[in-house]
Amino acid sequence: MLTAEIRVTLRDGVLDPQGTTLNRSLENIGYKGLKDVRMGKLIQLTLDLSDRAQAQKLVEELCQKVLTNPVIEQYQFTIGESK
Amino acid sequence: MKFGVITFPGSNCDYDCHKAVEEGLGLKPVHIWHRETDLDGCDCIILPGGFSYGDYLRTGAIARFSPIMQKVKEHAERGGLVIGICNGFQILLESGLLPGAMMVNRGLQFVCQTVNLSVERNDLAFTNQLQKKQVIRIPIAHKEGNYYIDQKSLKELEDNNQVVFRYCDQNGQAADADNPNGSLNNIAGIVNKRGNVLGMMPHPERAMEKLLGSDQGKLIFNSIKAHLQKVR
Repeated sequence: MLTAEIRVTLRDGVLDPQGTTLNRSLENIGYKGLKDVRMGKLIQLTLDLSDRAQAQKLVEELCQKVLTNPVIEQYQFTIGESK
Repeated sequence: MKFGVITFPGSNCDYDCHKAVEEGLGLKPVHIWHRETDLDGCDCIILPGGFSYGDYLRTGAIARFSPIMQKVKEHAERGGLVIGICNGFQILLESGLLPGAMMVNRGLQFVCQTVNLSVERNDLAFTNQLQKKQVIRIPIAHKEGNYYIDQKSLKELEDNNQVVFRYCDQNGQAADADNPNGSLNNIAGIVNKRGNVLGMMPHPERAMEKLLGSDQGKLIFNSIKAHLQKVR
């Protein structure tokens, strides 16, 4: 079976309230050396497909139409084999 | 004149909107389940607040695929009135009926408070009973109301006069201190270019009588009624 791992991050230039707050918190508890923190999400899919091209097409469509909002987000994904 | 309130799984302001139309305007609204494919001849469609589909992926992201949304789009394309309140606004953004996107509030908290709004336009179906630059008090209740759009589109939005409401102080000044969620340019509500689709984070349906703290939400509902009386 194939799997897909989709990495969703905020577009460059979009302020990230969660990342900014985490950055501040990490500094508050004493960590030094941080310049910026940005948070995103990881979506893991297990596909009921064995054809890679088909999987690629499905995941691309899911990313474009549902899983991400292109106004604020960008994505990258990899297709793999389930262990 | 007919108002329709759409209910998605997870909508929770649909009955408040119903009451606003029924008791505020003296009209009987129709309820439309999101799976339906007919707007029943409604002149004005209300997308109410709530947490459609739980808002787990992004707010409004799944609701936009509900069968009724295709009809809402067609209604808007014909010039029909659509008002999206809170989650309804988020659904309008995800559907592409309005530009931009909502992000989590900059304070990361759910914000529930009555805010001052400056009225930027009173030439719309939704605001004709208001004065330009009037300050009205209406409650907000959301965690994702931080309006974002890229700089170029923000300029377009401002140039086209599409901002209808801004968070402001009691004198109508839209300073950062009065911005409850981090929205760009203190934006609380916008319309499409044509002016027939309004999205707003504040809840006018929760400000229909003084007993509830403010009755100024009525001005928005009254505006829609006055507009429909004129054009129908």
